[in-house]
Amino acid sequence: MKLMTEQRDGKTVLMVKEGRLDAHNSGELKDRILKLFEEGGRDLVVDLGDVQFIDSSGLGALLSGHKNAIHRSVGFALVGLQPRVKAMFELTRLQRVFEIYPGLREALDV
Amino acid sequence: MCKASETLLNLDIVVPNQTRYLRLIGNIAEQIARDLDVNTGDHDALAYHLNLVVTEAVTNAIQYACPGEEKNKVRIFLSIENANLCVRVYDYGQGFDIEAVRAPDDDELSERGRGIFFIRSLMDHVEYRKTECGNVLEMTKRIT
Repeated sequence: MKLMTEQRDGKTVLMVKEGRLDAHNSGELKDRILKLFEEGGRDLVVDLGDVQFIDSSGLGALLSGHKNAIHRSVGFALVGLQPRVKAMFELTRLQRVFEIYPGLREALDV
Repeated sequence: MCKASETLLNLDIVVPNQTRYLRLIGNIAEQIARDLDVNTGDHDALAYHLNLVVTEAVTNAIQYACPGEEKNKVRIFLSIENANLCVRVYDYGQGFDIEAVRAPDDDELSERGRGIFFIRSLMDHVEYRKTECGNVLEMTKRIT
């Protein structure tokens, strides 16, 4: 799975460079998010701009990150949701749970 | 355009019960939906939804398969008949009680349980039953 991280404006940006998040790779995403928190990441922004498809396990991996962030009292935001991906958040009403911004700039400005 | 009593497509696919095949199976289902000659609804959404429900169903089949089972395969059967798109996903594991799968609770934020929710939400009819060929999750959607 292609995942890239970089530090931007004091936040850790995790870029998911995959077109598809499903049960084959969502476990790896979940583990990477957890590892970033364990390494001291305080404000994590997950860039989903390349992701065109997400299933329930992909949502589950992101929910794991969200719950970990709450437990550690750190930030966790999502950016770049493509229309079909956004529709899955809306169908499951998870858009009310996550901190979601249209793009990276908006998330970094918070 | 689908006509009554017309079989447009029968597609029988067997893959190893490994998640690496989810992309392939999902993309096949999506392409079938894209090639449908239907006039109503959002074609792109239908294609995405079919990719999603097939992905979820095959993931379930893999999850519930018996480790070391001789029949360590998942069979997917797609058909379009009488303007109904039907997907059957067979597994050879111990199965599960689909009626016991609750919709995800907004407050619990469970990381699991949304696969069946997606299938139920996006397809018109869903049932899971035991057959002589194993367990089958059958999903149908009216496409005209």
